[in-house]
Amino acid sequence: MADIDLEKRFDIHEIAKNKLAEIEKFVCNIYCCHSTGCKSSGSDDILDLIKNIVAEHKLEEKIRIVATGCMGLCAQGPLIRVEIKGQQDRLFKRIDLNAAKLIMEKYVIPALDKKVAIVKELEPFVLSLDLPFFKKQEKVVLKNAGHMDPEDISEYMARGGYLALEKALKTMTPAQVVDEIKRSGLRGRGGGGFSTGMKWELAAKVPTVDEKFIICNGDEGDPGAYMDRSILEGDPHAVIEGMMIAAYAIGATEGWFYVRAEYPLAVERLQKAIKACKKNLLLGNNIMGTNFSFNIDIRLGAGAFVCGEETALIHSIEGARGTPRPRPPYPTNKGLWEKPSCVNNVETLANVSKILLKGADWFASFGTETSKGTKVFALTGQVEHSGLIEVPMGTTINEIVNEIGGGVPAGKKLKAVQTGGPSGGVIPAKYMDMPVCYEELKKVGSIMGSGGMIVIDDSSDMVSLAKFYLDFTVDESCGKCAPCRIGGRQMLALLDKINRGKGKKKDLELLRRIAFAMQKASLCGLGQTAPNPVLSTLKFYESEYTNKLVDGKE
Amino acid sequence: MADASNASQVAAKWRKKRGSLIMALHEIQDVKGYVDWSDAVELAQGMGVSLARIYEVLTFYNFFKLKAPGKAVISVCTGTACYLKGNDKVLEKFKSELGIGEGESTADGMFHLQCVRCVGCCGLAPVCVVNGKTYGRMTPDNVPAILDEWRETFKEN
Repeated sequence: MADIDLEKRFDIHEIAKNKLAEIEKFVCNIYCCHSTGCKSSGSDDILDLIKNIVAEHKLEEKIRIVATGCMGLCAQGPLIRVEIKGQQDRLFKRIDLNAAKLIMEKYVIPALDKKVAIVKELEPFVLSLDLPFFKKQEKVVLKNAGHMDPEDISEYMARGGYLALEKALKTMTPAQVVDEIKRSGLRGRGGGGFSTGMKWELAAKVPTVDEKFIICNGDEGDPGAYMDRSILEGDPHAVIEGMMIAAYAIGATEGWFYVRAEYPLAVERLQKAIKACKKNLLLGNNIMGTNFSFNIDIRLGAGAFVCGEETALIHSIEGARGTPRPRPPYPTNKGLWEKPSCVNNVETLANVSKILLKGADWFASFGTETSKGTKVFALTGQVEHSGLIEVPMGTTINEIVNEIGGGVPAGKKLKAVQTGGPSGGVIPAKYMDMPVCYEELKKVGSIMGSGGMIVIDDSSDMVSLAKFYLDFTVDESCGKCAPCRIGGRQMLALLDKINRGKGKKKDLELLRRIAFAMQKASLCGLGQTAPNPVLSTLKFYESEYTNKLVDGKE
Repeated sequence: MADASNASQVAAKWRKKRGSLIMALHEIQDVKGYVDWSDAVELAQGMGVSLARIYEVLTFYNFFKLKAPGKAVISVCTGTACYLKGNDKVLEKFKSELGIGEGESTADGMFHLQCVRCVGCCGLAPVCVVNGKTYGRMTPDNVPAILDEWRETFKEN
């Protein structure tokens, strides 16, 4: 009998039902963005203040306060969303303690009983939910972020969490799961764009002798990108559920999260989520009463960009220097501790549970012929609405920058957009109608990358920008192979020479030749792609280089 | 030798777990602020790892420090968004105000200045972080006030 009790206690449907009933009791929900961006602008204090005001007025039974993950419009943070039954939802921006007090006294508390308008004092803080920034997005991966408490597993279940895992474990064979993911067209969101289903198929084919691993790559090192951090902070259970489904599909025995040490909040939320899973028997032996047993552990990075490369990441987990090694053998055959391992990115795994629940066809209905689903971007740089966005693949750059992003701030003109970080390239303004997908970006010499999208206005000098990126990759080169170690330094020296006005025409030729050698001969993706920012700026903005040459001016 | 015993404790905690060297080093640095020679020796003995391995790992990863940093560690973000929005000028201001360069500490041990690659607050660019507190939308003019704030903090203690 004890067994039945236990099963009932951890029945995800029961937990979800109880949580929904609990939420339903409240008249008002106040969602306070509690991700790294908003926390650094003081959302902790704001949260405390609101809690105090609610307590003072003895409104704990009417008002539910939720600390959430990223709401997206980071540039306007801290953000608060207020949902009151019978009233339209309201979003407030750039909140400080005074504003929070005003919102509580002049809006929330009166609005609990009757319909109220926004008073004049509050107008500067109101952010319209009709903004194209919100309307034009399609949230699949970020569906939960900003709408729930990421530290509460029951709230995740109330929003359909772990139903996909249940479906997989109880109604599907591992091969069927692999097939569903393959049919969905999901491709790796870390930048490579390899078919996730195919990777799983390869990993599943390797027999599990004693151990097989699934590894989540959360070493988001691209400067100017924070998609994975926001997903881990806003919806950690979605990534864990994706990993568990992946483990079931490929026959993995243990899962590893590798997360940047620079993301303490993401690590903390992930730790709490794993703990909650263990408590609810979602990790451990015989999960959900099936034969599937699985455990997850976390390992931290230590500030090395190259560890985003899968073989370097594996070395780092093993406790060694994060240097890559030649492939093959691929990690799916010989990975962590020489055991078969499958490495997936955070955003890739976050997609998995949605695909299983809603079906491959639903997922494939978003996007282009070859790039399916949605993509999360960190839209930053010289743009009005800087923040975290999610759009269907195939959305044009123009829609992203000018409609969702609100364009470049007044007085400046859009010059280019940069994607793919230090491994990517610039896309000049004339290509603004280009749909964003793996193939199209490649055609113009950039890459999808992990999702950094940096808007550059006409005041930026492209030679300096290329030098900025190369500086980064040279600094982050692990030094193992000569093309990357020596090539990068030589290119940097040439760029420096050109920037100082000492460059000659033949230096541009030399830049191209070294770049070619690095692309062809470097051991890993870091060295192979390091010349991209230089090559791409040279391709589209050669005059900015020649204008700096001794013998280049015409 | 409180620090030394900490390294031994950390070693005992992690020695049986797999893939634990970097985690152990993080734990030592979390408490002490850096990992020095004696910690490395104790960790090597406690975990059964060669000292050479520990040294190569410590020096490979940017995150680990081998010497004590200043009390207030100033991290200037050099991510792309911060670069585009002029954080280089903020860095210059910190350098000139403190009279030190990147990766250096002031003579009184109060401040340590370093550059970091993207703290992930690109919406607030340009950004600086001092001992975990983030300052968004920085300008060079904000620099003196931030330094004063931290001088004041450490005076009280």
